[in-house]
Amino acid sequence: MALAESPMEAEEEARFAPLYKVTAKVNGTPRTAEVEARTLLVHFLRENLGLTGTHIGCDTTNCGACAVLLDGKAVKSCTILAVQADGRDVMTVEGLEKDGKLHAIQEGFHEEHGLQCGFCTPGMMMTSVAFLSKHSNPTEGDIRHAIAGNLCRCTGYLNIIKSVQYAARKMRESKGGGSA
Amino acid sequence: MTVHGGIGQSMKRKEDARFIRGKGNYVDDVKLPGMLYLDIVRSPYAHARIKSINIDKALKVPGVLAVIRGKDLEAANLSWMPTLMSDRQMVLPVERVMFQGQEVAAVVAESRYAAADGVAAVEVEYEPLPVVVDPRKALEPGAPILRPDRKEQTNRIWHWEVGDKKGTDEALKDSDVVVAEDLYIPRIHVSSIETCGCVAAFDTMGKLTVWMTTQAPHVIRTVFALVAGLPEHKIRIISPDIGGGFGGKVPVYPGYVIAVVAALKTGHPVKWIEDRSENIQSDSFARDYRITAEVGATKDGKLKALRVKTIADHGYTDAAANPSKFPAGLFHIVTGSYPFEKAFVEVDAAYTNKPPGGIAYRCSFRVTEAAYTIERMVDILAHKLGMDPAELRMKNFIPPASFPYKSALGWTYDSGDYPAALRKAMDLIGYEELRKEQQEKRKRGEYMGIGISSFTEIVGAGPSQTFDILGLKMFDSCEIRIHPTGKAIARFGTKSQGQGHETTYAQILAEELGLSAEDIEIEEGDTDTAPYGLGTYASRSTPTAGAAAVMAARKIREKAQKIAAHLLEARPDDVEWKDHKFVVKGSPGKSKTMQDVAFAAYTNHPQGMEAGLEAVDYYDPPNLTFPFGSYICVVDIDKETGEVKIRRFVAVDDCGTIINPMIVEGQIHGALTMGFAASMLEEIEYDENGNIQGGSFMDYLLPTAVETPRWETAKTVTPSPHHPLGAKGVGESATVGSPAAIVNAVVDALSPLGVTHIDIPITPWKVWKILHEKGEA
Repeated sequence: MALAESPMEAEEEARFAPLYKVTAKVNGTPRTAEVEARTLLVHFLRENLGLTGTHIGCDTTNCGACAVLLDGKAVKSCTILAVQADGRDVMTVEGLEKDGKLHAIQEGFHEEHGLQCGFCTPGMMMTSVAFLSKHSNPTEGDIRHAIAGNLCRCTGYLNIIKSVQYAARKMRESKGGGSA
Repeated sequence: MTVHGGIGQSMKRKEDARFIRGKGNYVDDVKLPGMLYLDIVRSPYAHARIKSINIDKALKVPGVLAVIRGKDLEAANLSWMPTLMSDRQMVLPVERVMFQGQEVAAVVAESRYAAADGVAAVEVEYEPLPVVVDPRKALEPGAPILRPDRKEQTNRIWHWEVGDKKGTDEALKDSDVVVAEDLYIPRIHVSSIETCGCVAAFDTMGKLTVWMTTQAPHVIRTVFALVAGLPEHKIRIISPDIGGGFGGKVPVYPGYVIAVVAALKTGHPVKWIEDRSENIQSDSFARDYRITAEVGATKDGKLKALRVKTIADHGYTDAAANPSKFPAGLFHIVTGSYPFEKAFVEVDAAYTNKPPGGIAYRCSFRVTEAAYTIERMVDILAHKLGMDPAELRMKNFIPPASFPYKSALGWTYDSGDYPAALRKAMDLIGYEELRKEQQEKRKRGEYMGIGISSFTEIVGAGPSQTFDILGLKMFDSCEIRIHPTGKAIARFGTKSQGQGHETTYAQILAEELGLSAEDIEIEEGDTDTAPYGLGTYASRSTPTAGAAAVMAARKIREKAQKIAAHLLEARPDDVEWKDHKFVVKGSPGKSKTMQDVAFAAYTNHPQGMEAGLEAVDYYDPPNLTFPFGSYICVVDIDKETGEVKIRRFVAVDDCGTIINPMIVEGQIHGALTMGFAASMLEEIEYDENGNIQGGSFMDYLLPTAVETPRWETAKTVTPSPHHPLGAKGVGESATVGSPAAIVNAVVDALSPLGVTHIDIPITPWKVWKILHEKGEA
């Protein structure tokens, strides 16, 4: 094994790419970190902020395991740069539970056995939350299309669809039937 | 009295609590102080001599600390490692690369970005060599020898056969009708949503801990001890939460070994996490069997003989994960649900310039290949005879009264009732009406098909006299400790990857111990604490470790009964376990619960008895289990586009006693979807230069919610006579059984055009070409 020579301390700063300060409101709290321009949002969340609930399942924006909400819209955080999130609102799976009370979508996944290994689950739930904010009473077909950008290898999707329907029902009940 | 979370209850899963909060702990979530990152340089060529590897530029990349090459490993005798199948695999190459995507060198850096920069800066000079992609050509005389390091100078890895060759030849000659077909089951990849990876760290006492995506942590520890020469007590393998396995996390991949070497050399913890394209392009593939099958029958449709010849493409090394005695896995379950008098199977394995593997894709050691073969062939015969495929199956099934049944190829099926499952599926889908509808549609020139698959599985490996991996017998284990307040912890030698063991095992123990399932903690995957076991794959957890749980619980009850008798001031013989508590015979009012006994085991145990309440069991199953089922698929084909639409799919499964119906149904949904994926979407092909086609999720198509059919499930229950609960295992049945039902339906639809077979995956393009050639599209 060949080892690199120890860099001189004076060179330490110069040899790395410049860093950019990113401040985003993450799950309601402003969070700041210094990152390279190329740092992906998913790595900012996972490595800089320690929010490991957001997962990485592919490198081609196909699987959706990394889905988070950016200003309320579901995005794949492996295809967004951290610097693009500067000054914006990010919500991750860790932000779903409020004051010890599970979000309806979390309850739905548990009640309807919408998860097995759990790896796609955070992305699946975040995509569903964004979808349900615009569609309070979706059909099975609507839900199938809404989560088409999220891959699950364990469940065959049927129980995920039931989980989303469960959440839609709960959210309608708590909002008195209006759009969430 | 029923216990909370006992057997048969659809208890919600205990493990969900962390997963729905994003608090699972997967390998990539492990972060240690001073941790470095490893990334791998991979070969662009399928076969090439390495002329040079220049690492000067890479070492100058900011953040890069080291580069590891094959020659660095050679010094420690680690450039090659043994496979589970007595072959050997390169960790890093010294002279040649053997497939596109093979590991060539590894870069260690302070961050994953710096490691990737380092990989891009490594300069490798290759001299391309002739590439062998087709295993049939690999076996021809004069083919380039791909593995000159072996004593046998041939690309034939092994030849394996079982059955009565002469008798089968004669029975086929004597048959009124013989049908033959070539079936190719292409190369596919499990593609669990979490890729593979590890974190390797040595502590100051020289103990190695590896957090690792492995389905079999104990086996891995032993392999590491044997290969690396480290003392086994100085190795701790932790398999944390696993994001899907399906067989792909059984093998030892080069990246794991390199990460351990890097941790040793740098003195820092080292993390290696594959990206998706690395995962698909170089981790173990599944299937890749080229099968020629022949079935002989009487003219009225009585099955007589089966002959199967197969070429297995193993890539450049045999790195399958089969039990040692079975190089082609359990492929000789290929007589399926039928009492063939004569059968003969032979398999030739070949080297090619492709990645190694031959793992399961959610099945028990080549059972899918077997079930697909027989269920396709029975359908082909039905069409040839002009018989209804359901009628042909009903006529031939192994009769329910003849279990245990010894098959022509040597297996003893434990139990089964095949006609009942098929009848149920036919009733649920309305089979007779569908056939009428099909007749009508055919008159109108519309293409509708109905496909049946009545499969038999073979899972729960396995009995120690025949089943071992590297000599390790395939038992599994459970260790239970009941604490003074009646709460318990149980540890297992298996490892869940989503199957829900934390719930299912707790339910088994709740039933056997009379405790609430909520009060029983289940732990797996840490070799420092869990009892030795062979791990989770091949639907073996419930048949082996589930049985161990029952046996360990019953050992606890034996001791608990004596303590209960002491508390009840009765003789132990006068106390019985009834309705989940200890009762004095004839005095139902006098009883003690397991909680009472547990407290006494630490505070008031009988004189002369050891304190405590714990037990361990290593369960050696007396036989395998044989789950079965009947699936019926209805398809409609769009004549203009060749698109196949699955209108309905009814799955009747029989996995014996069901512990948690909700989890079982979830397993069936998932396995059906993987069977559908293999039937309609997924394939990894190679061009003539060995370039992979289908090496990322852009072109290797996993089903999304849009394509996936709406599954309809039902069950029959035929308990296993030898499992202590009658359970058989269920995680993979539907992946095994469903492809034949889908293909049978499509071929049934197109049979008026003279179509007898279409290889999977059945893409719109393949179907359209057929329709176009026949002037229909």
